[in-house]
Amino acid sequence: MRALTWHGKHDVRVETVDDPEILNPRDAIIRITSTAICGSDLHLYDGYIPTMQSGDILGHEFMGEVVETGPKSTLQKGQRVVVPFTISCGSCFHCSKHQYSACDNGLPADNQDIAQAAYGQPMSGLFGYSHMTGGYAGGQAEYVRVPFSDVGPIVIPDGIDDDKVLFLSDILPTGWMAAENAEIEPGDTVAVWGCGPVGLFCVQSAFLMGAERVIAIDHFPRRLELARRFGAETINYEESRTYDALMEITGGIGPDACIDAVGLEAHGFFADNVWDQIKVSTFTGTDRTHSIRQAILACRKGGRVSMPAVYGGFVDKFPLGAFMEKGLTLKTGQTHVQHYMPALLNAIMEGKIDTTFLISHRMPLEQAAEGYRLFHDKQNEVTKIVLKPGMDLAQTA
Amino acid sequence: MGETMTPGRDDAPPGTSKRADRVEDATLSLVEPKGDSLSAKTVTINRPRQALYDYWRALENLPTFMENVERVEAVGDGRYHWVVKAPAGRTVEWIAAITEDRPGEAIGWASEEGADVPNSGRIDFRDAPGGRGTWVTATILYDPPGGVIGKVVAKLFQREPAIQARRDLRRFKQLMETGEIATGARTARQLAEEMD
Repeated sequence: MRALTWHGKHDVRVETVDDPEILNPRDAIIRITSTAICGSDLHLYDGYIPTMQSGDILGHEFMGEVVETGPKSTLQKGQRVVVPFTISCGSCFHCSKHQYSACDNGLPADNQDIAQAAYGQPMSGLFGYSHMTGGYAGGQAEYVRVPFSDVGPIVIPDGIDDDKVLFLSDILPTGWMAAENAEIEPGDTVAVWGCGPVGLFCVQSAFLMGAERVIAIDHFPRRLELARRFGAETINYEESRTYDALMEITGGIGPDACIDAVGLEAHGFFADNVWDQIKVSTFTGTDRTHSIRQAILACRKGGRVSMPAVYGGFVDKFPLGAFMEKGLTLKTGQTHVQHYMPALLNAIMEGKIDTTFLISHRMPLEQAAEGYRLFHDKQNEVTKIVLKPGMDLAQTA
Repeated sequence: MGETMTPGRDDAPPGTSKRADRVEDATLSLVEPKGDSLSAKTVTINRPRQALYDYWRALENLPTFMENVERVEAVGDGRYHWVVKAPAGRTVEWIAAITEDRPGEAIGWASEEGADVPNSGRIDFRDAPGGRGTWVTATILYDPPGGVIGKVVAKLFQREPAIQARRDLRRFKQLMETGEIATGARTARQLAEEMD
């Protein structure tokens, strides 16, 4: 099959590799019809994520058609499914509490050592995101092996376009869970740092959960424009002082809930050994590392801070004093995708949530390497690239 | 009331102690202790105690989740012949006898004279609090082949018994909870290479 493979910093290629096979009873093989490039994929592209190996297949936002099933899979050939980016067993203590991203059994036993050392306990596996998250081949390919296919993938009824449901795999549940973690009450003002896909879905979700006002913070004009389209007020931190602006437009109280959707934008990232590199290339000279600190300082007393943003290691100068004195609540975590998929699919089918606005580019899988370059270089214009393995090259013209 | 607490002692498991005498206590809790390196690890498994004991007690099952164990064969009188992978493509072998067998609770073993790697240990199965499954504790005592150097070499090849015990317990948990052992491999060929 053809697949997008990683070979090093800024070196990804579409190559021919061996087709995946059923290896465990609960596996299924999916023929990919749509697969997105995630902002966190850019961290792999930039070479920040350790434990990558040359030839690794990337991609953790994908959907497709079931073409093969193991004896314990509950899927049937021909079904269309969206696959969660988290690989969770459905049978351990955490899965039984719907804490799917904390699954005990998603990571192969040998790969659990690194996560255990870094976090105290191993987390679930992830598709296409280095060997410390399991070394699972990702979905930017023609086919993918999906473990635990009886509990992960959600079946999509016929007649619904891929573009409408693809983001159930990661970013829509992530935005929704972040808003849920903000414990929004009617009348609330909610501030959202970062208007990437997750931040934009936070904006939508917050309004659906009863927020009176949502304030979106970013510096890409196009992203702020999208947030405004959903009814958010905006702060461009390159134009205005964020904390001061938030205080003024909330009458000096501060937002009731603050959502940090900036972070490192990297799933499962933690490496201290590349910390300085990250600091130089991501933090310094921008406001971005300040997002969680700023959220804590701006948040009203007794308010809620929600952090869908991915932080992997240590953060300097965490304002623990402000956090304590103001009695804030912080909720965070990798998304429990499987928990949110059914309700969000319903919301999509009922027309309450539309995610298609996000897609700025559609390309054949063969052009995936070009897609990475484009996404990397033009973050204002590119909000989301969806790769279509079946798409004719001529269709892009 | 019962015994008073020895000053300076806590309730932490002996395998986690910084004190040599507590590690010795753990060693002495084994029937016929063999070896001088102690490893003790506990894992919680979301399954009933008896089911876990039953699977483990059929020692022929052990290679399904113990990566380095090639085979375990009963040779009669509660004795078993173990063939285990060692660094650099070698294997080590021994005969071990069951020294303790309490159905649903514990299994103990000790290697007999002439073992390539003298070892002994016990697996305890206890109800986890709050009806949250079973605590499985593996206490293993062994003589690293080739002494300290051998231990370093084995670690290099990830064939060090303490590392293996930790990973084997995770695989046991996976097999018992999910019915399979997680792998990141994409093809059967890759999977076979990982198992080598």
